[in-house]
Amino acid sequence: MTAPLLKIDNVGKRFGGFVALDGINLEVARGERLGLIGPNGSGKSTLVNCMSGTLHNETGTVTFDGHPMNGLLAHQRTHLGLARSFQLPRPFHSLSVAENIRVPLLYTVRQRRDVPHTREELEHRCHEVLGLVGLEHKARKQPKDLTQVEMRKLELARAMAAEPKLLIADEAMAGLSESEVKDIVALLIALNERGITIILIEHIMTAVMSFSQRLAVLVSGRKIADGDPQDVIRDPEVERAYLGQ
Amino acid sequence: MDFPVELLINALIAGILLGGFYAAVTVGISISFGILDIVNIAHPAFIILGSYIAYILNQRLGLDPILVSILVLPFFYYLGSLVYQVYYLSFEKRGQEALRGLAFFFGLLFVTEVVLILVFGVDYRYVQAGYIDTTLRFSFLDLPMRMVVPFVISMILVLGLQLFLSKTFTGRAIMAVAQDQLALSLMAADPIRIKRIAFSISIATAAIAGALLIIIQPVEPSVGREYIGRVFAICVLGGMGSLPGTLIAALLLGIVESITSTFYGPSWAPAVAFGFLLITLAVRPSGILGR
Amino acid sequence: MRTWQFFLVSLVIALAGFMGARLLQNDYLFFAGYVVLQFIVLATAWNILGGYCGYVNFGSAAFFAMGAYTTVVMTKLPAFANRHFPEEIAALVGIPPIPVLILLGGVIAGLVGLGTGYLTLRLRGVFFAIATLALAVVLQTLIVNWDFVGGSRGAYVIRPATAPLFGINYIEYLFLVMLVLVVVALTTARAIERSRLGYGFATIRDDELAAEASGVPTLKLKLVATTLSGAFMGMAGAPFPYYIGFLEPSSAFGLAYAVNAIAMPMIGGTTSWVGPLLGAVLLGTLQQLATVTISSAVSLLLVGLLLVFFVIIAPNGLLGLWHDYFGRKHKTEDESKTAAVKTS
Repeated sequence: MTAPLLKIDNVGKRFGGFVALDGINLEVARGERLGLIGPNGSGKSTLVNCMSGTLHNETGTVTFDGHPMNGLLAHQRTHLGLARSFQLPRPFHSLSVAENIRVPLLYTVRQRRDVPHTREELEHRCHEVLGLVGLEHKARKQPKDLTQVEMRKLELARAMAAEPKLLIADEAMAGLSESEVKDIVALLIALNERGITIILIEHIMTAVMSFSQRLAVLVSGRKIADGDPQDVIRDPEVERAYLGQ
Repeated sequence: MDFPVELLINALIAGILLGGFYAAVTVGISISFGILDIVNIAHPAFIILGSYIAYILNQRLGLDPILVSILVLPFFYYLGSLVYQVYYLSFEKRGQEALRGLAFFFGLLFVTEVVLILVFGVDYRYVQAGYIDTTLRFSFLDLPMRMVVPFVISMILVLGLQLFLSKTFTGRAIMAVAQDQLALSLMAADPIRIKRIAFSISIATAAIAGALLIIIQPVEPSVGREYIGRVFAICVLGGMGSLPGTLIAALLLGIVESITSTFYGPSWAPAVAFGFLLITLAVRPSGILGR
Repeated sequence: MRTWQFFLVSLVIALAGFMGARLLQNDYLFFAGYVVLQFIVLATAWNILGGYCGYVNFGSAAFFAMGAYTTVVMTKLPAFANRHFPEEIAALVGIPPIPVLILLGGVIAGLVGLGTGYLTLRLRGVFFAIATLALAVVLQTLIVNWDFVGGSRGAYVIRPATAPLFGINYIEYLFLVMLVLVVVALTTARAIERSRLGYGFATIRDDELAAEASGVPTLKLKLVATTLSGAFMGMAGAPFPYYIGFLEPSSAFGLAYAVNAIAMPMIGGTTSWVGPLLGAVLLGTLQQLATVTISSAVSLLLVGLLLVFFVIIAPNGLLGLWHDYFGRKHKTEDESKTAAVKTS
């Protein structure tokens, strides 16, 4: 049995007296599509932050692709192939849309030896990524000229541009229309078919169910379910804590 | 060889008295920076302003400086409101606090100092009051009243503010606005108004701190800058926004400064505070009573 | 325009200007001009960290003074060597020429910048800013207590009678040296803007968390910016003792440097190398005029008021106003910037 791409082992995080994460155990296999759901405040974003290195977990270990992550800074994890998008889009306001995509290309892809990265290839990649999310026509625009939806796509595109092995999409579809949600899900599945492992964190159940091969549920900092999506949503505890609301 | 115990004890006492005063100076920053997250590096400028106002009214009308500070409290409060309005409209609302807000307050600091130089010149100014030249003596202990009186007033100020923040509705709203603006507004309290009140209070404390300063030492316009390091060192060391923490940190700094001054000379004193600050920032930025 | 082309063109323009100024036969022009050139370097240096990365340095005077006092130390070394070392060794110790002193000043100030950055850049930007204030005071206290460089009494630095270059006097020589430093500083700033490093800096300014997530090594880049910025400030300060003849801590660490280093880029515009140049030339000239006609205190007051005014009303400086007025210019610059990164 091959080792999981991501292994989260007894990870805990507190903010003062508040326990945000309480001994989380989670594994993600290479090439898997994992969905992560839970009520607001359950610790999903904190978990993402601990995985990506934006926050540091006080207890437990995060292991990615065989590398122990504890103590590694966010940019180091990105270089190793772990990328995330932010729940609230955080574009670089003084750069154009294309330049926003260029940043991870210049700073992450260029470090990687397993991905092509001459100047021409990077430029080609930039246009490719913009095309994938449908933002090519806005390449020269500033983030402030984008609609909410387009900003979310830019956020996702920026994470994709880093050529990740694992992509964490943190509520990337909030506020999108039904067809837009379908588009993004299709995009993520296509990325997955190219070999990228994806963790999808979402509230939109149609997206979660159509996307996930496996589903985990977080409530009040604890994982209360983890398994086949159809089984998980029928779990009475999950219904009570989250779905029943 | 005779270890100068008496000298040490006097330095210790002087340090405690000084530290108490430092707490009064810092408490305004504890509110504006520690609680409201507004980097008001111009705070010492307001303090010096308070000192000079105390000086003028003391010289012209013979009023006790502490009395003067209480009289001008409303003026400083409204000055604080005005400054906060400008700050809020220009920076906080636009989300550009970091660079521009800092530059704004630095500009205020600078302009205040230069205006004071233009109006008063660079000579040292001091106040006259009955108790300033008196020193109480208990065997080898020296208790100069010019330090004791400010110490007492400082304690009253800090204690009063702590009670205000923990017992009154407005005070608790101020503590709350630091943590959760949305929740506060849902409790029918306008966060902007609460922040403005808090900031105005912080500037008002400068009036009192200014009067105490000119009682302790003669003042000239650049003295404010010496206090920037002290004030932020104490605020950070005290855990940002915790008044009890501020008091402890202030006392600690006062003692270290006093002992350094006594045994190594007063010209090293400014470096002590700033050295403290650099070390704190490098080693334990969450402060002594850190979260 | 490629970087080396810009460097050569600027150098030629600068030298032409120098020659032209000599024709006017007015020494005061060089005296006052030197100060303005100094400010261009300081403003450009500040902007590398402040404008490009978004980290405010309040202690510019400290880095400037580091450069100045490195020179003072070097000028005092021969006498020191004579007193404490045997003759053969002492004879080897001389005062280095100004270009070497500039490099030395840059290295020392750069190291100080690196050290300060290392201690504080892992924290929020405001703590860095406060730490730079603290640094200025600590360094000033150290210098004041150090007798070798004169302590609070100050130190005399004798200007050599003749300049190392043929046909010009010493003030003109200092002016020329500072002019070359200006060209180097501006070229460096412009080169950074158009490079991968410049992108990294911009992301730090815009959103540090997102920058980290995109793979930008923010701490490393911030340290680079701090070191470069500090180094240039030190280089600007190195010739200062020769210019002024008598150096004391209160003038070396003067508040004028701290305020001008911030005001000039912020009023000129922080997003490009042109801003600090513009701000320094305008404000520098304004201050010279005000000092001569009214008083130096009033000229400083004007700078302070202008800073507050611009920060509130026109946060992007004069360049920002220009871009708003001529909106299209901004878009074309964006495209040429894109092209520059592709080809550089």
